[in-house]
Parts: sequence; structure tokens; C-alpha cells
Amino acid sequence: MALVSTGEVPANRRRVIGARRREALAGYAFALPFLVLFLVFTVGPVLASFGMSFTDLRSADVSNPFSVNGVGFANYSKLLGDATFRQTVLNTGYFVLGGVPLTMLLALAVAVGLNSGITRFRTFFRVGYYLPVVTSIVAIAVVWRFLLQPDSGLVNTVLGYVGIHGPSWLKNPTWAMPSLIVMSAWRNMGTLVIIFLAGLQTVPQEMHEAAGLDGAGAWSRFRYITLPTLRPTLLFGGVITGIGYLQFFEEPFVMTQGGPLHKTLSVAYYAYNQFGFGNYSYAAAMAYVLFLAIVVLTALQFKLFGEKD
Amino acid sequence: MVTQTGQASLPRRSGSTSAAPASPRPHRPAAGEAHAQPWIYVVLGAGLVLLVGPFLWMLLGSFRPNRELQQVPMSWLPRHATLNNYRQLFQVLNFPRFFFNSTVVAVTITLGNLLFCSMLGYALAKLSFPGKRVIFALVLGTLMIPGVVTFVPLFVLVSNLGMANSYPGLIFPFLAGPFGVFLMRQFILGLPDELIQAARVDGAGEFRIFASVIMPLCKPVLATLGILTFLTSWNQFLWPLVVAQSESRYTLPVALAIYSVGEKKADYGLLMAGSVVVVIPVLLVFLALQRHFVRGIALTGIK
Repeated sequence: MALVSTGEVPANRRRVIGARRREALAGYAFALPFLVLFLVFTVGPVLASFGMSFTDLRSADVSNPFSVNGVGFANYSKLLGDATFRQTVLNTGYFVLGGVPLTMLLALAVAVGLNSGITRFRTFFRVGYYLPVVTSIVAIAVVWRFLLQPDSGLVNTVLGYVGIHGPSWLKNPTWAMPSLIVMSAWRNMGTLVIIFLAGLQTVPQEMHEAAGLDGAGAWSRFRYITLPTLRPTLLFGGVITGIGYLQFFEEPFVMTQGGPLHKTLSVAYYAYNQFGFGNYSYAAAMAYVLFLAIVVLTALQFKLFGEKD
Repeated sequence: MVTQTGQASLPRRSGSTSAAPASPRPHRPAAGEAHAQPWIYVVLGAGLVLLVGPFLWMLLGSFRPNRELQQVPMSWLPRHATLNNYRQLFQVLNFPRFFFNSTVVAVTITLGNLLFCSMLGYALAKLSFPGKRVIFALVLGTLMIPGVVTFVPLFVLVSNLGMANSYPGLIFPFLAGPFGVFLMRQFILGLPDELIQAARVDGAGEFRIFASVIMPLCKPVLATLGILTFLTSWNQFLWPLVVAQSESRYTLPVALAIYSVGEKKADYGLLMAGSVVVVIPVLLVFLALQRHFVRGIALTGIK
């Protein structure tokens, strides 16, 4: 017995080891094409962006890397003293803090409506509300600029019917940013409608029924059963919307060029402008600040929503 | 968002979303509301009008002369319907070229992602090899990194490779995206291991197993990935704006944006027609294939 098994085991093991090695080699072969592209065009630039923000790289230095010098935190301290940058940070904060709650509120209302016993046109509604999400922000921004024209625009014409004299939305320092926020909520709510609809499927029906028998009204059932169950879904929706809104760029580029008076200039837009002026390392520093904000926002939302459980 | 930017996400949550598919389930009315009240239809309908209205306004505007669009008070319906705006786009301006560029870029990026992401997704889901976890963590870690963080060094790199203002420059940086790997891995994880073992016993090579056992089963998720990638690429703006420096390499959104803030700033008839050309192809693709979108969101929790 012992002799037989000692003769067999190594052969078996060899076969197993051979198969494992073959599988590992296949694994690397399948991973290689993606990894090469990914390291060169994604991971590399992420690291380079960080490194670049500590240099004085300008457009003229691109073909001559030896003329680039390290400057420590100079770009970052310059950012702190840059009044325009501070303005763009405020603007971006305004856009996110105004846009995320508005988008979530609208999407939640639509999702609850779609989930409340709609039998007809369900798909039709869902597709309709998702429609703007798949379209180009540039095209949408062009169309909305047209809608928001002061005298001949559709919005002010309709407001005129009810006796309101609408402002010149995009040229007015007070109204330009709210206009962009409403447009973005309009465009992006569709994603959240679908995510929230999925979340609503996890709300336990038995609890609704029991609470209904105990005499709880629709609002208190929504407030004490639906909302708590939906918390993780709301958190997720808030995070992805916030991450998207922190980077807003096309909207002001097409609609306001950052104006009036820099009131709609976003951090991403300002970074793009600095890049256009050839200040590459300065733009990279700004981009990293934005990245940091994204990380912080994500962590913050997890903390805020997580601890009430 | 959440266009290119929207491909950002938190993997932590995504697993649990997959447990609750958003797919059109048999309808389940909420307790005590066996039938929706009519006012819900009215409110949802009114909301839908607001959602779809701007697209109709764009379409109507594209058939009107610009003079009519600047008129006060405006008219609801076109008075002098014309095809002049489209004629100008396609005969005077270079829109056939922009359309071609957008198509080439979006199609190539889509094909690249389908191939490279499914290869890596398969390896991560079904093969064991040292370093696998590190690779997956790296891919997940970059899911939420936005394009604005990388565009400066990417431009330096692409310029040094001699790819500025070229198709490779527009295409290469997006040929292998983390989102696709995540999506493919999630899907392939759900396929039974026995299929692969059986094929191995039959003597099939690893590549053969991938190509003729796994890929045919992945058709639905490949459709989802293909459509999502195509739309994201078609709508992409920041990178093409940075890398395309002459009209010959503009994509549609870049051309539309540049005309809309430049020489054609006030020519709304033309701009509406341009928007129609950008928007209508994706709307048609979306309407024809909308069920695949829902699957993508359900599988990953991300658009």
C-alpha cells in the first residue's frame, strides 16, 4: 500500500502543479493587454499628476523634461492665495450642495411614484425619465441656453403668461448658478430614479401592511419604513451624484463661459483654463485638490449616513 | 454626471445592488394602494413633459430659420419650416467629418473595451494566479478617478508619443477602462466552474475555453458593456477637447461646443440642428436597447 501510494503521489502532484502553472500563465496572458494599456494611460497619469503638481512644468517644457524643476508645495500655496481659485471652490461647493439634494429629491419622488401601483406606462415613464442621461451634456447645455434666452426663450415666455418677468438667467450673477443646478438635476435624475427603484424593491411589504393595519398613514409609513430601508441606496446615489457634480465643466463651458463675474467658473473649468495658458503643473495641483475633495466627500457621506443605524 | 464622470462608483455598495435587480419585475403594488391614484399619473405625466419637452423644442428649433428663433414674442410652431440649418451643417460646415470622427473613436473604444475587459474580467473571475487580488484592487481603486485628474499628464504623454491631434490620441487612453473589467468579472463569476473544468477535461486550451465556452455565454453582458461604452465615448468632451487641435480631429460634442461659444454663437437654428445630430443617434440606440441599460445598473450599481 505504502509503496503504491508513494509512487503515485508525486506524479499526481506534478500534474497538479503543471495544471496550476498553466492556469497562472493563462491568467497573466489574459491580463496582459489590459494591464499594459491601463498602466500606461491610467495609473501612470494618476501618479504623474501628483508628481507634476510639485514641479514648475509649463507647456514649453514638454519636449524637454530636463528643464523642469521641483518646487515643493509652491503650486499649492499659490492656490491658497489665488482669489479666482477660492471663487471656483465656492462655486463648485454651491453646485454640489444645491444640486445633489435637488436631484435626489426629484428622483426619489419619481421613483416612489413609479413604485406606487403604476401598472400602465411603467416602462414608458422609466425610459422617459432616463432619456436625458444618455445624451451629450454639450448638446443639452446648448439647448438649455436657447430655452433660457431672456426675451425669446421658452422659459421666460411661459413665465410671462403667468405675469412673471423672468431675468436674463445666464447673464445674471444671482440666477446663473441656480439655472445650471436645475438643468443638471433635470439631466441626471434618471440614473437615480433607476437606482432608487431597485432600492424600493427591498422595502419589506409585510411591514407596510402591518403598519397600515395599525392605522399608520402613507406619509408616516414612508418616513419610518421606506426611508430607513432605503438609506444605503440613498447614500450610494448621493455619492455618485456628488462625485459627478464636483467635476462639472461642460455646463459652464457652453452656457456661461464661467461668467458672469466668474460666478459659474468651476474648479475643473479653471484647471482646464490654466492648462490652456500652459501652466501645466498649476493645473495638475488644482486637479489633485479636486480629487481630494472627491475622496473626502465620499468618506463624509458614508459617515453621515452610516452612523444613524 | 454622470457621463464619463458617472462611471465612478464605490464597489462596496455595488455587490449589494446586484442582489436587487432593477429589471422590470412583475409589478407589485404597495400595501393599501392596489391601484395607483389618478393624480400620480398626472404628476408623473407632467414631469415627463418637462423631461422630454426640451428635446422636442430642440427638434422644432432645428427646422426654423434663425430669424424666427430670435423673434419676440416667440412662436410655438415653426412658421417657415426649412432644412437650411441641416444643409449648412453638412454642406458648409464640416459636420460629416465630425460625425465620422465620433463614430470611429466610439466604435474603436467600444471594441477595445469588449475585448480587453472581458479577457481580464475572465481571468479575475475564474483563473487563479499570484497577484490577482492586487490587480483587482488596482482596477477598483481607479473606478472613481475622474478624467480631470489625469488629463494634464495624459496630454504630456500623448504629445511625447506623437499622438496629439490624432485618432490614436483620442482612442488609446480609453481603450481599457476599469468599469468594463468590473462589469465582466461580476457577470462571469456567476457562470458555473464546471463548464470550464469539463472543457479542460476535453482537452481545450485556455484561449479556446475563453473564446468558445465563456464568450458565447456573455452575450447579454457584452451588449450592456458595448452600449454603455459607446454612449460614454460618443458623449465624451474634456479629453477630445484637449487632444483634438484642428477641425479634422474634432468629435461632434467638441465641434458643437466650439461653434456654440464661437462664430456661430447666436445662430440658434444651426446650433439646434447640431444638437439634433449629436443627440438623435444615441437616443435611437438607447430606445432600441434600453433594457440592457437597466441590467448594467443592476449588475454594478453604476451607469
